[in-house]
Amino acid sequence: MTTDLPVLTPKDFASDQELRWCPRCGDYSILAQFKKLLPTLGLPKEDFMVVSGIGCSSRFPYYVDTYGFHSIHGRAPAIASGIKCVRPDLQVWVITGDGDGLSIGGNHLMHAIRRNINLKIILFNNQIYGLTKGQYSPTSPIGKRTKSTPLGSIDNPLSPLSIAIGSEASFVARSVDVDTKHLSSILQRAAHHDGTAFIEVYQDCNVFNSGAFYYASKKGIKEDNIVYLEHGKPLIFGTERDKGIRVNEGNRLEVVALGRGISEDDLLFHDELAAEPSLAFLLARMRHPEFPEPVGVFRSVERPVYDVALEEQVTAALEQSGPGDLEALFNSGDTWTVE
Amino acid sequence: MSTDVAPSNDKRTEERDTIVIRFCGDSGDGMQLAGSQMTNVSAVFGNDVSTLPDFPAEIRAPAGSLAGVSGFQLHFSSNDIYTPGDEVDTLVAMNPAALKTNIADLKRGGTLIVNSDSFDKGDLRKAGYDSSPLDDEQLLAPYDVHKVEMNRLSRDAVDGLGLSPREADRCKNFFALGLVYWLYDRDPTPTHEWVNQKFAKKPEIAEANLRALQGGHNFGLSTESFRVHYRVPPAKLAPGKYRKITGNEAVAVGLATAAKLAGRPLFYAGYPITPASDILHELSRLKHFGVRTFQAEDEIAAMAAAVGAAFAGEFSTTATSGPGICLKGEAMGLGVMTELPMVIVDVQRGGPSTGLPTKTEQSDLMLAMFGRNGESPLPIVAAATPGDCFWMAQEAMRIAVEFMTPVILLTDGYIANGAEPWRIPEIEELVPIVAVHPTEANSPEGYQPYLRDDRLVRPWARAGTPGLMHRVGGLEKSDGSGNVDYDPHNHEHMSQVRAQKVANVAEAIPEQDVFGAPEGDVLVLSWGGTYGAVRQAVKTLVEDGRSVGHAHLKYLNPFPRNLAELLDGFQTVLVPELNLGQLVQLIRAQFLIDARQYNKIQGKPFRVSELVEAIESHL
Repeated sequence: MTTDLPVLTPKDFASDQELRWCPRCGDYSILAQFKKLLPTLGLPKEDFMVVSGIGCSSRFPYYVDTYGFHSIHGRAPAIASGIKCVRPDLQVWVITGDGDGLSIGGNHLMHAIRRNINLKIILFNNQIYGLTKGQYSPTSPIGKRTKSTPLGSIDNPLSPLSIAIGSEASFVARSVDVDTKHLSSILQRAAHHDGTAFIEVYQDCNVFNSGAFYYASKKGIKEDNIVYLEHGKPLIFGTERDKGIRVNEGNRLEVVALGRGISEDDLLFHDELAAEPSLAFLLARMRHPEFPEPVGVFRSVERPVYDVALEEQVTAALEQSGPGDLEALFNSGDTWTVE
Repeated sequence: MSTDVAPSNDKRTEERDTIVIRFCGDSGDGMQLAGSQMTNVSAVFGNDVSTLPDFPAEIRAPAGSLAGVSGFQLHFSSNDIYTPGDEVDTLVAMNPAALKTNIADLKRGGTLIVNSDSFDKGDLRKAGYDSSPLDDEQLLAPYDVHKVEMNRLSRDAVDGLGLSPREADRCKNFFALGLVYWLYDRDPTPTHEWVNQKFAKKPEIAEANLRALQGGHNFGLSTESFRVHYRVPPAKLAPGKYRKITGNEAVAVGLATAAKLAGRPLFYAGYPITPASDILHELSRLKHFGVRTFQAEDEIAAMAAAVGAAFAGEFSTTATSGPGICLKGEAMGLGVMTELPMVIVDVQRGGPSTGLPTKTEQSDLMLAMFGRNGESPLPIVAAATPGDCFWMAQEAMRIAVEFMTPVILLTDGYIANGAEPWRIPEIEELVPIVAVHPTEANSPEGYQPYLRDDRLVRPWARAGTPGLMHRVGGLEKSDGSGNVDYDPHNHEHMSQVRAQKVANVAEAIPEQDVFGAPEGDVLVLSWGGTYGAVRQAVKTLVEDGRSVGHAHLKYLNPFPRNLAELLDGFQTVLVPELNLGQLVQLIRAQFLIDARQYNKIQGKPFRVSELVEAIESHL
């Protein structure tokens, strides 16, 4: 019962490990919001598990005093899936990055999401490989000059949210590392979602890719470059909240100025509950600078959860066949006796 | 029992000790089914049996082609037997391609039964024959040949059931089986039951197959072509209750047993791969044992999920084969580094790369030993026979849990698919594994995940245990606390501790036994699925009064603690392996002896005769 629990604070979730991220790394902000979140969930400390792969973000589990696994590159969703298969009662968070989750671990990420296994996945997207000191990542833009692309990247980047939605994600959201209030609300939503919750966080690597997301994080600039998604509300943005997103006659999205015959009612209204993922996908394709980039919950729908279904199958088998009997198992099929 | 055939006027019954029969035909001809039914009725009758299914990797290679030939060899006997047999007494060939690829294994004077309806121009061309081998008197002269029009006879047998000619033709394996049942005086009852159960929803197909079976039987009984039929009395196996079991079944049952006896659920993560998939199939049916199976997106994920479940605190396992074991290497290394218990089953097959997916080989031993980055030791055990897989799967789990380490269990395609009678154990014979999980901190500083006991084993806290929150990972860590630690001396210490812990397993496994001479001229040192052939070869020589011993290793890392002493007692140590020499290298390196090797790498098990010859060359 949660009422018997001692009241926990963010401090209770701080481990005794020295933080080893670069000064002013965006990871600090995400960690802070995460530690604020956990005490609000009504679970004892031991019921949390944080699993990561390899990369700067994947140091995360060391800094949270829960059960934690700093595993191998790209495999965190698979390791976490194994954990959930045997311990559906634990709340398992997966911490990954754009290289870890989308490059070496793309396959595992896609399949965890497809299964809708009850994992909360935070993908720190900084569009760069930080731990290996500055190579381009699967989310780096074309033309990006890095240590491994001195003449500019010729790799077309992918959108983490498009991947998630294409993998049939039941919960998809985006936030920004320094937008603490927003990030906090998104983490809260993810924690309460049944099934895989996938969150992309724009995270600033101030050493190898500084300012990659200034357009989305700097006060005075971001207002024109991001649009907050709210269920049932029109997509409005801009410092003066005078611009909106409309679906035009060609069924394409366009930016329009409010006024001069265009009212809020003409705009696209967000529906995170839409059974069909096309709207979420359309929103995920909105890229800076052509469009403001949406932040918030793109999609939140109910669908069968893998670890719950697995448990149900085990329970049903137990009810149908009774607890496994070794003698019956050994003696299945034709038997004969030698005197 | 089969009494209905006895008083036929011109049919004799002769008794035989042992028979090797091989069914071969196109992949679509149902030869695996015919072979396994013959195995079943022979086992139920009380013969000792040993089988060698041999099928192509392609599900449907072009019909009638040489590549598409599928075979099933069965050795059934009134004696204790160890192998599916070197030479074939009776060959059933359903088409020219099958005849061409198998006739060399039929012994002189052996019985050849061919489906003569399958020797038209097209069939002959596909098998690369210019003219029909059935007209080649020189080719067929050494054998007792029976040309049987199986297509026509099967159609006759099912006449009136409304089957299409194509459907009727598909019954011809049952016709062949019926003929063989008559030839070897088998009671078809288990097959009747199987057919009725299998085709319960298609009674007309069940009826057709049973009629074809009876048709084959009647054909043997009535045709003049067959003058003799044979009886192979039951074997004198150790008293007890038996069933037929394959290695893959036995691995699955063994793993489920280990968990059940420990009162724990079992987690199995796997990715479909030949010839390991049947382990996944078997375990997925055992949900009522608390078995949770997870078909992962790839081999890497299966291994990673197994590591995750072990960290959560449950009995965890995976199985694979061929290239799958390479893919698992990375996460296996994580299992070694985090010192978590799990069993990795490697059903070895021909390599490298995709290699020979459906053929057997023993070429993953070095990979099991050394196939991970860094110094990454783990215990390795190997099963000797299909039934032994049951015991070694439990041993692997016991060692994993007792020593907090991943353990590799090596089997191979031959014992995985091969079947033998398995004496069903009494529950009391089985020793439950005791898994201990701390519930309280083990030091004044709190829970220290790498604080070891006197065998260097670390504690296994289950996730969710209050007060024992801790982090593990792939980075090098301080002994005791488990905190990340790059100190040079710490790394050396930890490397040695991990190696020593695995070496300590030697104290927890049985000493190596030896069959035949306990010391003398030649010790034949083998491992894995070659047990049967090597044991039979050594037995033959021992009965001839030769000074030969046989030690069959089931524990490959660490070796049994008395192995050095045992090797010392022989002038020559000969290591036969189905690879180019892997155990022999380990033996040479560890014991500094001039161990000799005998190798075969054809995707097929050893023949007893070639082993006898190889051993004799060292006497």
